[in-house]
Order: sequence, then structure tokens, then C-alpha cells
Amino acid sequence: MDGIHDLGGKEGFGRVRYSPEAQAFHAAWEKRVNALYSFAVKRGIFNMDEYRHAIERMEPRHYLSASYYERSLTGLATLCVEKGVVTLEELQRRAQGSFPISAPSAPGRSNVPQRASFQPGDRVRVRIEHVPGHVRMPGYIRGKTGIVVGESPTYPFPDAHAHGVGAVDEPTYDVRFRAEDLWPHSADPALVHVGVFQSYLERAD
Amino acid sequence: MSDKTHVHQATASVEQRVAAIEAAFDDRGMKPLETVKELERLADDQWVPQNGARVVARAWTDPAFRQRLLANGREAVLELGLSMPPHHRHLVVLENTPTLQNVICCTLCSCTAFTLIGLPPDWYKDLEYRARVVRQSRTVLGEMGLHLPPEVEIQVWDTTADTRYMVLPVQPPETVGWPEEKLAGIVTRDSMIGVARL
Repeated sequence: MDGIHDLGGKEGFGRVRYSPEAQAFHAAWEKRVNALYSFAVKRGIFNMDEYRHAIERMEPRHYLSASYYERSLTGLATLCVEKGVVTLEELQRRAQGSFPISAPSAPGRSNVPQRASFQPGDRVRVRIEHVPGHVRMPGYIRGKTGIVVGESPTYPFPDAHAHGVGAVDEPTYDVRFRAEDLWPHSADPALVHVGVFQSYLERAD
Repeated sequence: MSDKTHVHQATASVEQRVAAIEAAFDDRGMKPLETVKELERLADDQWVPQNGARVVARAWTDPAFRQRLLANGREAVLELGLSMPPHHRHLVVLENTPTLQNVICCTLCSCTAFTLIGLPPDWYKDLEYRARVVRQSRTVLGEMGLHLPPEVEIQVWDTTADTRYMVLPVQPPETVGWPEEKLAGIVTRDSMIGVARL
């Protein structure tokens, strides 16, 4: 989905609130929710692709205003409700208040049938596709051309794995793009690399 | 006609919402507490940047290890007793040079090689870094205090799959000859993310 989470290249954001001493956690509940979602993954209640997608499905205003660990919390709660572990009514009763969860999912998809294998140095183009369910292609590379610089072992295909759809594992390719090609006349010169699933790519001439 | 079934209720605090989920797990006999405590301990004690610092120090002092690390990071870190979660099937180590600065990010969420470089700091997961570092890399690095001369090329790596990346910083020349343990002490988390040089 072309969701609010897909932030790469979005304009209007200010300075990074950076400190060399920055911590991962700021409150006990943050550490607790991080452990609780890992616990749920370990228990097999949901997998990491389902978890990422549950966060992506947050109502956009909520997504943008929530802290990182509130997004974790919302993804965890959404999947516990969707998987039948607990009802939203029970969660709200226990929390003694409203408990916002994410919007329902669109259907997932399996691997793209015609997939090519690539070698480092190959020129590839990211397919122009708008996938309604989970997808790990950041919007800023859609339709763009780059060069393969690396290949990974095979991974579960996220577009399927987030939805319980059957699929074969496939590799990702580290693809090198020029920032100037991604945002013509509107980016700092750099080489930008993205790990792109095989299904998202086609050969470029 | 007023809708009497629609009751507006204030949003519960995050603490109350976390406690509600934990209580629901507990009520179903799932016994979350023991695992949760263990996961919290791992986050505090085990997933720390000192792991990655040891990898960097070894790579600086052992050229054969450096080659193995660059060829297959996941295998090489095992030599130091370090590991990655099973779903992180690949570790790409990005070697900086005096004229090349690598920097990692995750524009879609917060992915990192957390067992090696530590759980990501708040700013890495914030909207600003995720939105801007791919497009305004030199500007963002400068704002964060890393002012790179024009001859230094920037390579950004967006962690969009379960391959993980870590930056191998340039060894400061004055530290050549130091023992490995002392070298590990100068390697920062942010130098392995690529937003700082040593």
C-alpha cells in the first residue's frame, strides 16, 4: 500500500533531533512493549511481515503523531485482535479507555510469475506496480532504473508472508540508484542503495 | 436523532494499553512474564554496540578477518561469538574510505543489525531521519555534525529487506598499533550507522 509509513524522500520534515547519547528506550513501557511483540512473534501469533504491515495500516494521523513504541503497541494490539487472541472490547475494558487499532488489511499477493535472475552489474528497473497489501518497495524507487550490486539469500516474500498467502522464498538485490535519477534536480548527490525483492524487478536495456 | 450507542471514550494511556495486552496474555495462560523479562534483559545487556565495536576492531587489526567479514559478514561475526537472529540471513559490511562515507537507514520502519550495533537510537526511527537521509544525505549529515568535504562520496543504504548492514569506519591513523580491546573502545554506535566518523 502507498501508506503514510513510506517516508523516504518526503519533504517538509525538519532537522533530525540528534544526540550522540540518544537512547533506544525512554520509558519502562517502551521496553515492555518491545518485549511483548517479540514474545508474540516467538509464540507464533504473527510474523514480522504481518507486524510491519499492521503498523503500516494505522490511521495516518495516528501514525504520524504516535511515538515509535506506540506504533509497536498498536501493531501488536491489532494483530492480537485480528488473530482472535483477544477482542477489542476486552482490551478497552482492561485499558479503561479507547484503544485505537489499525484499519483492516487489503488482500496480499504471491510472487510475480515472470521473475528474472540478475548478476552484479545488471541494469534493472523497478516495476510500476501499486500493491494494495504489504509491499517492501519504497515508493521513491517505483519505475526507476539502477544497477545490481549484491544479492541476498532467499527470504519469505513479504507481499505474501504478511497475508498468509502461499509463495516461494526469493532473493533481494541491493540495487544502486543515483539520487539525481530518483529526484531530478532535487536531491543531494549520492548513491542510494535499496534491497529490492526479485518480484519487484525487471531487466532494463 | 442523536446516536445514543456511540459513546466517546478517552484514549487509554500507553501504559494502560500495554498492561491490557500483557494481562490478556496472562489470563490465557500464555505466561508472558518470564520471556518478556528475558527479552528486556537481552535489550539491555546483549544487543549493544560494543558487539559491533569488537567486530570493527578485529577488522582493523586482522586483514584476513576483514576479508572474511566483507565477503560474508554473518559467518565472520560468529568467530567473535556474536550472532544475528535467524531471519537476518545476510550481513553486508560497508567499508568506508577517506573518500567514501556509507550511511544506513530504514525509510519504511526501523530495521537495523541490532544484535551487533545495538537497538536503534530514537532519531534513527524518527520521521525526520527516515524521510530525509535518502534525499538530502549531505545536508542531513551536516546538520548532525558530520561535515564531509566535497570529495567524499556518500552512499546511502536503505534497509528494506531482512538483509542487514553495518558500516566499517576508517581507523583513525593515530590508533594504528593499538591493541584490539583499546581500539574497540573508540568505536561508536553512530560510526557504525554512518552518521559519524572517528
